[in-house]
Amino acid sequence: MSQAVSRRQFIKISASLLAAAGLGGSFLASGALGAAEAQGVPPAGGLRTIPTFCDMCFWKCGAIASIRDGKLWKLEGNPLDPLCRGRLCPRGTGGVGAHIDPDRLVKPLLRAKVRGEEQWNVVSWDDALGYTAEKMQAIKAKYGPEAMALFAHGIGGTFLKHTIKAYGSPNIAAPSFAQCRGPRDVGFRLTFGDDPGSPERTDIANARCLVLIGSHLGENMHNSQVQEFAEAVAKGCTVICADPRFSTAASKAQWWLPVKPGSDTALLLAWMQVLVSEKLYDVEYVTKYGYGFEQFAASIATCTPEWAFVETGIQPDVIRATARAMGQNRPATLVHPGRHTNWYGNDTQRSRAIALINALLGSWGRKGGFYVPAMMDLPPYPYPAYPKPARPKVDNPGKKYPFAHEVITTGIREATITGNPYPVKGWMVYATNLMHALPNQDETIKAIQNLDLLAVCDVIPSETAGWADVVLPECTYLERYDDLNPELFREPFIGLRQPVVAAPGEQKPNWWIARELAGKLGLSSYFPWQDIEEYLGARLAKGGYDFAQLKRDGIIRGAKQPIYMEDGAAVDFATPSGKIEFWSQQLADHGFDPVPKHVPPPPNPPGSYRVLYGRAPMHSFSRTQTNPLLHDLMAENAVWLNAIEAKRLGLKSGDRVRLRNQDGVISDPIAVKATERIRPDCVYMVHGFGHTAKGLKRAYRKGASDSRLQTRYDTDPLMGGTGLNNNFVTLEAV
Amino acid sequence: MARLAMVIDTKLCVGCADCVVACTTENDVPLGFCRDWIVEQVGGAYPTPLLEIRSERCNHCDSPPCVGCCPTGASHMHSYGGVVLVDHNKCIGCKACIAACPYDARYTHPDGHVDKCTFCIHRVEKGQLPACVSVCPTHCMHFGDLDDPESDVSKLLRSRPHHALLPAAGTGPQVHYLT
Amino acid sequence: MDEFTTTRHNPGIDPHMHIWGWEIPVYLFLGGLVAGLMILAGYHILKARDRQERVSYPYAPMLGVILLSLGMNALFLDLANKLHVWRLYLTFEITSPMSWGSWILLLVYPALLAAAVLHPPERVPFGQGLLNMVRRWSAWMHARPRLIQAVGLANLAGGIALGIYTGILLGAFGARPLWNSAILGPLFLFSGLSTAAALMHLLAVVTRSGSGLAFADVALAGVFRLMDPDHCKHIMVRADASFLTIELAILGLWLIGLLTGTGVQQEAAGLLLGGPYTAGFWGGVILAGVGLPLVLQYLELSGRIRHTVIPAILVLIGGFVLRLVLVSAGQASHWS
Repeated sequence: MSQAVSRRQFIKISASLLAAAGLGGSFLASGALGAAEAQGVPPAGGLRTIPTFCDMCFWKCGAIASIRDGKLWKLEGNPLDPLCRGRLCPRGTGGVGAHIDPDRLVKPLLRAKVRGEEQWNVVSWDDALGYTAEKMQAIKAKYGPEAMALFAHGIGGTFLKHTIKAYGSPNIAAPSFAQCRGPRDVGFRLTFGDDPGSPERTDIANARCLVLIGSHLGENMHNSQVQEFAEAVAKGCTVICADPRFSTAASKAQWWLPVKPGSDTALLLAWMQVLVSEKLYDVEYVTKYGYGFEQFAASIATCTPEWAFVETGIQPDVIRATARAMGQNRPATLVHPGRHTNWYGNDTQRSRAIALINALLGSWGRKGGFYVPAMMDLPPYPYPAYPKPARPKVDNPGKKYPFAHEVITTGIREATITGNPYPVKGWMVYATNLMHALPNQDETIKAIQNLDLLAVCDVIPSETAGWADVVLPECTYLERYDDLNPELFREPFIGLRQPVVAAPGEQKPNWWIARELAGKLGLSSYFPWQDIEEYLGARLAKGGYDFAQLKRDGIIRGAKQPIYMEDGAAVDFATPSGKIEFWSQQLADHGFDPVPKHVPPPPNPPGSYRVLYGRAPMHSFSRTQTNPLLHDLMAENAVWLNAIEAKRLGLKSGDRVRLRNQDGVISDPIAVKATERIRPDCVYMVHGFGHTAKGLKRAYRKGASDSRLQTRYDTDPLMGGTGLNNNFVTLEAV
Repeated sequence: MARLAMVIDTKLCVGCADCVVACTTENDVPLGFCRDWIVEQVGGAYPTPLLEIRSERCNHCDSPPCVGCCPTGASHMHSYGGVVLVDHNKCIGCKACIAACPYDARYTHPDGHVDKCTFCIHRVEKGQLPACVSVCPTHCMHFGDLDDPESDVSKLLRSRPHHALLPAAGTGPQVHYLT
Repeated sequence: MDEFTTTRHNPGIDPHMHIWGWEIPVYLFLGGLVAGLMILAGYHILKARDRQERVSYPYAPMLGVILLSLGMNALFLDLANKLHVWRLYLTFEITSPMSWGSWILLLVYPALLAAAVLHPPERVPFGQGLLNMVRRWSAWMHARPRLIQAVGLANLAGGIALGIYTGILLGAFGARPLWNSAILGPLFLFSGLSTAAALMHLLAVVTRSGSGLAFADVALAGVFRLMDPDHCKHIMVRADASFLTIELAILGLWLIGLLTGTGVQQEAAGLLLGGPYTAGFWGGVILAGVGLPLVLQYLELSGRIRHTVIPAILVLIGGFVLRLVLVSAGQASHWS
């Protein structure tokens, strides 16, 4: 850029000099410049490319950075990468903005005044990590190492997790379980003995019928899935979309079923009833791999489309027609498992219903359904064994949520508030904005106020960082190495994240932070390597891979393996019966419904709208709103309101309102989007906006936060997930 | 001769705006400006709405009014492919071309010249696709030569229903939308 | 109506086009005014033939030079790429009204200067030496009637071209339905004439030059009292259709054109008929700028009220407001 500008300025200056001299600049006007040059496109001199992988969401697409005259110019997809196939999503392309974001954290900070007031003293790394280590040692001495918890999201958390484990705490959680895909994973595990994974093992590209239950592909911009979705649509795949909102995906669908919010399970049960009663299911598959089908069939026999109509508002003939379309296209009918599935507090059972309908259609393990993913063999680094914690994890005392297989964030939060089963006195938070990720912000603040230490390691000054005692500024993904990514996907490969450009300030990579902190905690023996390249090199050498090749290409691909049953891929069902569990003894044993039943969600209080939320393709969580490039694409969210309801309330698109929820919490002002694209009983907003952290200057108080309005959450009794869709608002004109 | 054109499949476009941000980085478009953008148009009514999503930009018209009104010849049609360009060095920033464009596709660059989509002519000249086309995750964007009956874009326009924007404005737009 | 959302937010373009502020209306106003001055001056130069000392307000051309330069300064201020302005004169773009305009402006200056030289002032506060030189040129010109005729013709033709050009500049934008009418050419021409006459009237009153006053009044409305009754009567006949009346008629025709046009034109007319520019157009242009001066002039003429400069001032303000409203409203009018 700078070169281009200076070149243009030079021409300007010389042109005006010539004009002044009366020479008229005839040669300048002669069109001697090439079209590209005349467009101000700078020459490609000083250009080089470095491959890495993306961190704008957690899909980890391979990216190639172009560095022009030492500055990051652009990011493009790595054609070698099976995830992105050479094309990044808008966030990936806009990753340049993360690097140049003027709002990002620059220096380590220590809290100067009261927690949450965002008053800081700038300190050295030595002081910041020294303070953190000192507090951690004090917590360990007084409460034991288990009193320290780590919240970490994404591959960058690997090294901090290692430090915390070495320190002796098992309490390591991410909102990706209890606030996201947890119910789905548990529902599928209970049925197939395995979960859909991330990236999901969905063979969308080959599906002939794709069923989306609230999954808003295209707005939810997981790259491979959106690419495959478009591929399927282009090939004429029958898309059936059940969603209270006419999502982008719904606009591509042959069938949009505007279900009553929270009635998805009823719809699924009715579909299954049709498939079973009309013998449209895969009898051979179910007979071979199924367990408890007869009890299952008996259990859903009464769930007729007529019954479901009352629950869902979807006409029985539509339910039948869509069920038949699914049956006709099986096994290439994919009922998408979804990803963020924490909706109503009974989400595991809904996810299990999704798993079961896929089982009926014989899509698990089949082309156009769920393929069998492959992974490169990459041995772990040979670290010394971690100390064994004296106490079990704090989040799920007495296995209250018997099927939780990951740590529950909100469980740690509850223990931090109550001190039961034992006190939690230190939180380290890495790359997750708990204030927006967890429901009921007051509870999060209450927990934070019970802490002796809140250390936040992040790239941006999030709301959570605003509450911290110590803030550790991390490099963006473009400025650091991270651990290797041996992805579980259609074909095995290893991706490398490596720095493509230097950090602009005193930010440090997380591996350095984790290692230095371990040093100050007296845990240096857990970091036998001096720097990350040594670590990565050792891991790769052990696996027999070439580090130089990986640095050059960004990706090392393995041999393709069969991924469908019909091609010989092995499918194991790691359930107690070793089969697909249509009827679940485990659930029965714990007092839950062995076959899913529909439980209607709490109804709308009169005159109020249920708050639904989702994603926009250009933003990730609450992490990207200050990214200048992505902010340019979407600066604030709007509240979607059915057009007729809007008219009734005297509102039109662009009017600003505040949302007041059932507990009297009032949102920041937000623009109304009066639209035909949503049911009249709910409103919708994109998650991640309405920032209140002062440091997020570009995003400060733009739009409103759905998280702020999620004061109520209904906990899933199977796995502790927090259902967030049972909040209701009224609209107040500003 | 060639007639370069873009064909965009609205059936596939999800409006993710990857094209927009790719253009921004590729062309150093200043923050706060865009050469391309996403339009969402909803027709019909609940519960049977219709949605068309379009990635819009300069239409590189056959009869570009922005070229005709330019007093210095800065706004011109490139000798190859009919691409409408602005020669930054000739542009005086009178903004007549901005007023002349029925698509409002142009803007004044902070450097003073008028700016807009170039069909990434600097890439096309090297045999690459425009940045927006090359990044699109849905592969909904196609670029090529309409004078070549065997090109992707020619075949698509022959085989699929399509429309362009404001045909009544008489500009002969060359960004086509498959429906 | 369809729901329509866009991610575009370009400064000056969205949500409503605003690429031209006060500079272009000032330029168009002064351009029209000077066009009017040139036409009136040209007409009188031609009419006076070999008795050039009888030319009514002789300073008009010099004033034109100054006002046109001010206008071009405003135009220059509007340019976003000012250092490239010389590019205008490296080419002639036949389809570009602005290119036509830049060359017309170049031709207008010599015509105006020649007319100015024809009638140098009697005294100047400074620069007597220069004045003496100009007087010699003037004498040289006065000795050549064909040259005087050419100067007159050049001013007449240049004025008409300039006046029409200021309207066509806007009228040629097919993308702005409000402007997209060739009638904007004559509209701006006659508005220019009315403002020119008003200015001269004003200056005549201020400088108390009897002959100037007569000329100005004639021009202003083709009307009205003053001077010797014979002279007045004579003018009354010639200026039967006054500039202002013609301007009013053209405005009416323009609106009829819009209202009977396509949807986009009707929508554009809506900006002036119940839209955001209604008050400015009807109050500022039609009422204060044309209607009220006409009525006042009629009342003055018929002796019911005392003669004042108020109508002239109103006409000048109205002429500027016409450009201001049209430039603003036109930018807000669009196809999509």
